[in-house]
Amino acid sequence: MLKLIGAISASIMAILLVAAPASLAASPSPTPSPSTASPFSISGFLRNAGAPLADVKINVSGGGFEGSTTSGQNGSWAVGVPEKGTYKVELDESTLPEGIKLADGQENPRDVVFGGTTTQGTVFAFGEGIVVQQGNFGQDLINRLVAGLSFGLLLALASVGLSLIFGTTGLTNFAHGEMVTLGAVLVFAFNAIGLPFWLAIVLALLGGGLSGYIQDAGLWRPLRKRGTGLVPMMIVSIGLALAVRYIIQFYFGGATQQLPYAQSAEIQLGPISISPNNLASLVISAVVIVIVGLVLMKSRLGKATRAVADNPALAAASGIDVDRVIRIVWITGGMLAALGGILWAYYRPGVTFNMGSQILLLIFAGVTLGGLGTVFGALIGSIIVGLFTELTTVFGAPADLKYVIPLGIMIIVLLIRPQGILGRRERVG
Amino acid sequence: MDFSSILSNAMGEIISPTTAAYALAALGLAVHFGYSGLLNFGQAGFMAVGAYGFAISTLTFGAPFFVAMLIAVLCSALFALLLGIPTLRLRADYLAIVTIASAEIIRYLVTTNGWTAVTGSANGLAAFEGGFYAMNPFPEGSYMGMSSRDFFIRLVAWILVAACAVLVFLLMRSPWGRVLKGIREDENAVRSLGKNVYAYKMQALIIGGVLGGLAGMIFTLPRGAVQPTNYGTELTFFLWTCLLLGGMATVLGPVIGAMMFWVVLSLTQGILTGLIDSGVVSWLTTTQAGQLRYILVGVALMLLMIFRPQGVFGNKKELAFA
Repeated sequence: MLKLIGAISASIMAILLVAAPASLAASPSPTPSPSTASPFSISGFLRNAGAPLADVKINVSGGGFEGSTTSGQNGSWAVGVPEKGTYKVELDESTLPEGIKLADGQENPRDVVFGGTTTQGTVFAFGEGIVVQQGNFGQDLINRLVAGLSFGLLLALASVGLSLIFGTTGLTNFAHGEMVTLGAVLVFAFNAIGLPFWLAIVLALLGGGLSGYIQDAGLWRPLRKRGTGLVPMMIVSIGLALAVRYIIQFYFGGATQQLPYAQSAEIQLGPISISPNNLASLVISAVVIVIVGLVLMKSRLGKATRAVADNPALAAASGIDVDRVIRIVWITGGMLAALGGILWAYYRPGVTFNMGSQILLLIFAGVTLGGLGTVFGALIGSIIVGLFTELTTVFGAPADLKYVIPLGIMIIVLLIRPQGILGRRERVG
Repeated sequence: MDFSSILSNAMGEIISPTTAAYALAALGLAVHFGYSGLLNFGQAGFMAVGAYGFAISTLTFGAPFFVAMLIAVLCSALFALLLGIPTLRLRADYLAIVTIASAEIIRYLVTTNGWTAVTGSANGLAAFEGGFYAMNPFPEGSYMGMSSRDFFIRLVAWILVAACAVLVFLLMRSPWGRVLKGIREDENAVRSLGKNVYAYKMQALIIGGVLGGLAGMIFTLPRGAVQPTNYGTELTFFLWTCLLLGGMATVLGPVIGAMMFWVVLSLTQGILTGLIDSGVVSWLTTTQAGQLRYILVGVALMLLMIFRPQGVFGNKKELAFA
């Protein structure tokens, strides 16, 4: 029995390990500052399942040049080289921490060729390789299903907010990803200045709500009053997303930081093995979504929101304060996005300045799959996206393509049923 | 602080091949959005298809330059076709989401480790520009302060931009272009005249996409390398900034917009770095100065859209949105 559990957790680790370098490669890695003053450098980050590997030796040779370095505390390494060219880069495997190996098929030593840039990155991937299928397939499937559900529900937190905003104002908000990032970054910041963890989370959620309020009061409401069209507003939101993303990077830096309690051992719940963080994330997002759903269906405010989404002019004529409803929707959307961001920081794990924009398209895919502007559609669509993201690796798709499949499915669904799963025909136009 | 070198660097950006690539890709966006009202947020994907189409056919299949170029053009046309089929009948924001998603799919596909032999994965591909520079008719020497290679790539890039600009100008003056503008203004009115709106939109999507593919080639040739991180969504948004800066329903707008974009980026970088080096500004590091520029791009995009949506050269009557 123990052996079985070991095999399962090893196979899950393998999936996580394979996934980690993929996400590294996809995001523009921040360049670590070169260790020497030479104009060109070869650099990279060593991470095993998101955790940095320190004090690993790397040798670089070529063109009569030889140099070596050890990776720093954050796993970054850089070797300055005299000129552009081809260099042999070798990772000294004897300096790796106990139990960590390079992934199968990772060339070591390898040749690194300079392109048009002054720094050339190279990624070493770690892990036992791609022997995911070796574990018990059924076990694997169940574990990935639960992980997918957890991921889908945290996506749903952001999607429901996006969908509410779209429903009431018609705006496709490209800056929603930055609202997701903001939640995680605020928790990190408040925690870093010494506030207790729970207070940091509460303040981050309030900060998320405040950002929604400020956005609406300072930008979107004036634009609505001017009668700005929906397409220009969409482009304004792109500008806002760019500006906010780099403002966050300006203060936060390009590195990956960890929130408190980010590392946790997996626990066994009957047939499922899951990390406590993922379990907590699943429960929290499920409860919050049920609350949002109940408020929407049962309360006066929820009724007013649905009325505004259906027909703003008619809602205003029947005495609903449309601006107030939209303001509340923005605040709620901001808080939900911040909560989603905090959970996403634990799911990945790690906080970066572009973590929100990484899942923005998955959020869009969830919303579009379910039907633009329908709240429950956004929920269902996000869960489908989450499940597909996690399950594709079980069925043999390469782990670094796991974000491609939900996006592909979204495009195919648009072909067959453009209004989405729960959408209405007239919204498609 | 050396103003003359900052200024000459910035002026050098006006004719740099990267600016030419941005101009060409933004011209494609002008065909899409400015003239036809199609919201394409995946121009980076078209550029990636062009760049990788060219690089892969050169490296993997050993195709000569012009064959590789033809393949790149055909690939971007095919990509446009594939994108258009599911989305052109839907509302504009669906096209926006599908195009941005497709561009990211392309980026993930060329990054995946499974196809490293063909795409080079995250490290990308290099050393495919030989066929191009082999055609360089200029002997070694200095041409207006540039090496013969630099001069050749700039000359070719800007001739291509000029040719495409003339082509777009003639197309938009033709009856075909007038139908396209009609679709932008009122799709149903054009449909009631018996025109096949779907086909016209598809043709516009393909033409703009091919311009994007050519831009991808021009973008990657002087670098001698193509890397997937260069083709993220941010590239698309920079192109949109160029387009909106110049004016979306004009031929010269996107070209001038790309020039202004790069001159301003280079100027702010030069001035900020100069201020930091001379110690006037101590609250900023050089890395942060780079980020500050992108904050400015974002803010500029917002302000442009709010206060001058027609851009510098555009005509307010020709806006794709009311």
